Amino acid sequence: MTINGWLQFAIYCVVLVACMWPLGIYMANVFTGKVTFLRPVEKILYRACGIHGGEEMTWMEYAAAILLFSMVSLLLTYAIERLQFILPWNGQHFAGVAPLLAWNTAASFTTNTNWQAYAGEAVMSYFTQMAGLAYHNFLSASVGIAAAIALVRGIVRRESMTIGNFWVDTTQAWLYVLLPLCMVFALVLVSQGVVQNLHPYTAAQTLQHQTQIIAQGPVASQEAIKELGTNGGGFFNANSAHPFENPTPFSNFIEMFLIFLISGALTVTLGRMTGSPGHGWAVFACMAILFAAGFTAVYWAESQPNPALHGVDQRVSSLQSGGNMEGKETRFGVSQSALFATATTDASCGAVNSMHDSFMPLGGMTVLANIMLGEIVFGGVGSGLYGMLIYVVLSVFIAGLMVGRTPEYLGKKIDAYDVKMTMLYVLIFPLIILVFAAITVLMPAWGLSSLNNSGPHGLTEILYAYVSAAGNNGSAFAGLNANTPWFNTTTGFTMLIGRFLMMVPMLALAGNLARKKSVPPSPGTFPVHTPLFTILLTGVILIVGALTFFPVLSLGPILEHLLLQHGVLFS
Amino acid sequence: MKTIAVAIRYTLITTLILGIGYPLLVTALAQLGWRDKANGQLIVRHGRVIGSALIGQTISGDGYFHGRPSAAGNGYDATNSGGSNFGPANKTLIDRIEADVAAYQKRNPGKDVPIDLVTASGSGLDPDISPAAALYQAPRVAAARRLPQEAVVRLVESHIEPRQFGVLGEPRVNVLRLNLDLDALQVSR
Repeated sequence: MTINGWLQFAIYCVVLVACMWPLGIYMANVFTGKVTFLRPVEKILYRACGIHGGEEMTWMEYAAAILLFSMVSLLLTYAIERLQFILPWNGQHFAGVAPLLAWNTAASFTTNTNWQAYAGEAVMSYFTQMAGLAYHNFLSASVGIAAAIALVRGIVRRESMTIGNFWVDTTQAWLYVLLPLCMVFALVLVSQGVVQNLHPYTAAQTLQHQTQIIAQGPVASQEAIKELGTNGGGFFNANSAHPFENPTPFSNFIEMFLIFLISGALTVTLGRMTGSPGHGWAVFACMAILFAAGFTAVYWAESQPNPALHGVDQRVSSLQSGGNMEGKETRFGVSQSALFATATTDASCGAVNSMHDSFMPLGGMTVLANIMLGEIVFGGVGSGLYGMLIYVVLSVFIAGLMVGRTPEYLGKKIDAYDVKMTMLYVLIFPLIILVFAAITVLMPAWGLSSLNNSGPHGLTEILYAYVSAAGNNGSAFAGLNANTPWFNTTTGFTMLIGRFLMMVPMLALAGNLARKKSVPPSPGTFPVHTPLFTILLTGVILIVGALTFFPVLSLGPILEHLLLQHGVLFS
Repeated sequence: MKTIAVAIRYTLITTLILGIGYPLLVTALAQLGWRDKANGQLIVRHGRVIGSALIGQTISGDGYFHGRPSAAGNGYDATNSGGSNFGPANKTLIDRIEADVAAYQKRNPGKDVPIDLVTASGSGLDPDISPAAALYQAPRVAAARRLPQEAVVRLVESHIEPRQFGVLGEPRVNVLRLNLDLDALQVSR
């Protein structure tokens, strides 16, 4: 670890807070109808689609609209993938994507996961990347923001049957927030060297007269929304490690910044819309604590020398990054790789600028654990906020139990129905992960044959796949060959469950909260804007996460770490 | 039923705007404002594209600086990017590194090899090596080209790209650019 590495972390945090604050206030104004400069565009769009912007929806109508829209857009992407050989901008003459892979990929991008069982530059045409995949980067992010805003409205409204209009919320999310920011940052990335063209791949004759085919494409436009929408699906197989996706340390900084920008800003939006800015900051503080802890652990682990290597200089010096450089790029070194890996797994982004599969055991365990916490440390755009608010309700409930009072949250009494929906949300996540991972490790032909590493590391590869799919993260221990019928099918369902089966109870909670009367705070009300609340919330998150996943982590990365320290290798 | 009709129309119209309009607009602006960068910073010598400044390539022989091992295809395959994805306790990885270390140490006896020179990058296309890895190779390159070692070291030092804005990332040396200037140095002597 170096002073320079910590300095980069400090700069990152300062820039993030300075920018998320005004953006959070702006978003609160957008979703409460105070920002209207694009109203004419909205009106044309609503008329063309048959949307009545003033119509409010109950939570069930809201959930139905989300599910129907996601289904239709999933099917369109599936069709585009299958038919890409007759669609334009297919300079490399790629065939249609195979059915199971196309289904897995369509599910993956619709759910904001961007799990990739394919290598983009070898499978997908430019048209598929743009209209099929990057399209979902905008819309799945917008749906997430809309759902989070609906939950916040549920908290704010009193004795109301409705929680907003899904089409309006989604449209405002991309029209006022995502699209303008992406236009700017796509060009900033181009200025750093991210490519943006529709040319066929370039054939070069190298210095030593070999042929090198260089893949090109409309990368920058996809890169900006990939990070800003916490999608994470790389244009190329190597994702943000690829020099055309992420050419300089500054482009890397911008990408890491975009990953957290909206999720951070939404905590400010929460404080603003609920009229309790302190609550927004208390939630932010919990996220910031968990983020800093994660970064420290990954940075430390990756700076360690690999004890199995001899005759190699692994020290940090002014002339080299040192540490564990397998799977890392020279221009980023250990510090920027550790920061990117922490941000991308805390947020449900899943872009990678280094290969998590090659991390030291405890570094890989930390990025895995970040996802296991439920993608709430900033989390996905929208999904991070509503996931965190689920834990807020749980914390308030536990605090209520401790003092023997009916729990209240911002003036709403929390009843049995709320707690049931909360627990449903909390339990679905580990259930799908552990069941699928357990089945997979029991099956030599379908599961174990896909492994790239044996021993405890192999268990971690399988576990990571389902954790990533359920958390809608999309990063991978990428040595695992996931393009098989078994993995394409099961990760596809895991992603859909991890998105929609968790979103529905959350919206039910929103609907139930909106119906309630508001009660004035009393001396017995547990305040939700204090450091004490932040500590309780952090504790609840860690206890739930640790109780659920510690046993399997001890069989995977922890065991691998202990064995590696004694020089045990696996062939 | 009404919601399905809305969903279909909304999907098609937003696909036109965000899936086609937005990337084409960015492409047009990028080609207008940053033509070289938007097209991959290709390096042309004597009318032939020899590669991209951002994409590493396979280099062999004692007379050139080597890049890092590559797990992209059969090595620096720019249509097949990716890392080795070997875990740190994987025997295949440790054996690969030990073989590379032995080969380097045959020409540089007794000196530890800088870690990045024997580890594969995440993309398999890393255009850079660390300054330590470049300086480590200078004696071998100088001997093979019968150049004074100081001249080669000076060339390496002039190619060290510092941290961006003095703080971001790590110092690095672009291998292709270094090798091209190395050829030029030979010619000019």
